[in-house]
Amino acid sequence: MNKQTKSKLLHAFWVQTIFIVVVYSVLSVLIGTGIFSKYTASILTTSSIYVIVALGLNLMTGMTGQLVLGHAGFMSIGAYGTAILLKAGLPMLLSMLLSASLAGLVGLLIGIPTLRLRGDYLAIVTLGFGEIIRVVIMNLEKLTGGAAGLMNIPGLSIKTASTEINTLLTFLWVSIFMILSILAVVHLLISSHGRAILSVRDDEIASEAMGINIFYTKLYVFVFSTFLAGIAGGLFATHYRYLNPDMFNYLKSVDFLIIVVFGGMGSITGTVAASFVLTILQEQLRFMKDYRLVIYPILLIMMMIFRPQGMLGTKELRLTRVFSRKWWRKNLARLKKGGRGNASA
Amino acid sequence: METFLKLLIIGLTVGSIYALIALGYTMVYGIVKLINFAHGDFLMLGAYAGFFVLSHMGVNLGSTLLAFAVAMVLCAILGVIIEKICYKPLRKAPRLNALITAIGVSMLLENGSKTLPFIGPNPRSYPQLNDQTLYLFKVLSDGILKATGFYIAPVQLLVLVVALALMLILNYVVNYTRVGKAMRAVSFDMDAASLMGIHIDTIISITFAIGAALGAAAGILYAVSFPQINPYMGIMPGLKAFIAAVLGGIGIIPGAMIGGVVIGVVESFTKGYISSLWADGIVFAILIIILMARPGGILGKVTREKV
Repeated sequence: MNKQTKSKLLHAFWVQTIFIVVVYSVLSVLIGTGIFSKYTASILTTSSIYVIVALGLNLMTGMTGQLVLGHAGFMSIGAYGTAILLKAGLPMLLSMLLSASLAGLVGLLIGIPTLRLRGDYLAIVTLGFGEIIRVVIMNLEKLTGGAAGLMNIPGLSIKTASTEINTLLTFLWVSIFMILSILAVVHLLISSHGRAILSVRDDEIASEAMGINIFYTKLYVFVFSTFLAGIAGGLFATHYRYLNPDMFNYLKSVDFLIIVVFGGMGSITGTVAASFVLTILQEQLRFMKDYRLVIYPILLIMMMIFRPQGMLGTKELRLTRVFSRKWWRKNLARLKKGGRGNASA
Repeated sequence: METFLKLLIIGLTVGSIYALIALGYTMVYGIVKLINFAHGDFLMLGAYAGFFVLSHMGVNLGSTLLAFAVAMVLCAILGVIIEKICYKPLRKAPRLNALITAIGVSMLLENGSKTLPFIGPNPRSYPQLNDQTLYLFKVLSDGILKATGFYIAPVQLLVLVVALALMLILNYVVNYTRVGKAMRAVSFDMDAASLMGIHIDTIISITFAIGAALGAAAGILYAVSFPQINPYMGIMPGLKAFIAAVLGGIGIIPGAMIGGVVIGVVESFTKGYISSLWADGIVFAILIIILMARPGGILGKVTREKV
């Protein structure tokens, strides 16, 4: 690594760290003092949970090019597992990791036979598995409460603290996992494994000729992706404290797919942005009642016809670009000239 | 034995409905290689179209026939419009995009009908066909009861007969008419068919229209057998019909018929002998097993992938 790249990376690291610290300090103050209501905080928490699932799905669908439609099912394994273990008295982190591992294990068992299938068949089979998981949960009444659901799941709270502080605690807890998953995905992608993943998406035959084991690549991405869905499920259970099988039906999986498609298949920042924007939008559009449910599919269809790569495509938003001296110099000079500054170019 | 036969009959009726829907999946897939996720929703639209005709005109033989006609024509038109607007621009795009569009169309049809004031989100009960309307089938049912001592409800007979008739008509159209020949040619090789002077866009539109019309007819039959309709009623039968299409060998028309009946019978036996809660799970398990063991389906050829 030469000196220049090293300083570039260092610059990126500090910019990102400072950005995250600033954003989360501001949010913490807003939530902790009650300026953001519990409802607003809950939306932000939900968005962060969706980021984790959608990232996993994007890794599979956007980066590896395999359409998967059953992530709600894996999320439900994580959610129910965490809830049941928590009720049995296990500590939160342990029960989350255990049930996310279970989701990953189920992903492995499902992936071995199904990942040999291509394109649309894989989508249908994973959809089928998602539904089977739901049916199984529905039928294991003693463990999961069946169709009535599971209530009184212990959440993350301190008895002596105020509601605001507890809300803040949940939000930060979820955010930590979100940031960790983003880091994990980024580091996977910039490794040599990441190159293999992208090459499988671009051309399976060519990458096989280059010595990449396609099946193995798809399999570990799928297992990782289902593990992330499991983690998100665990967070979901502790955040909502109530679960029922219909929360995780096929339409939920489609919701995650919409997030991935909107943000850009193959873009991490796109997925993060889309998760927040779409979740907040969904809440903000509540006054439109059922009409908001029509806007989504129309946008999805138009997106596929006119901009099939999604908002960002495979590009990433880079903080370093905005926070670099060069960028400011360039754009300020342009502004002074009176020309229209093209910020992103 | 009594239960067995009863479950078999239920399975056959439901299965023939699945078969009608599966035909739409399989025909569209055979020609444009697209899994039309929205196909199950034509079942819902057809059922609603029939609902309006039947509830406005009262239930009699004429209005029932009219209900079928209106539902099939409306859905055929809608099918063509959807194909032109949503699927045609994506014909050359990666299949992933077309599939996501299909999911979008499906959501649009479901949520769209939910917002329409005359459909609405609430489930409605379907007008029951009375014995007067089903006179012919009532006579047939009585005849069977006298001859074998076994009772088949007139509605079940209606479903079986209508489904069979539609399948025979489809078989005739596909195998013995010019349009059918063109459809087979396009599905075999689109470019070559185009060079032979077949207008591909028209043939694709006709395929979508026929598929949607069959779905609409299936919708009325489904609603008559399970007399409650809501905007999401098409999802599950649609998915099961898709499984039926894969089971029989997707793209193969007789395969869809066989697959539909098999799925219907399996589902009915699961409901009867195991538990109705497990039925959906078992049907999906069939799909997975068939894709593992014989991806081409029952009637499909085993193709090896060449690199």
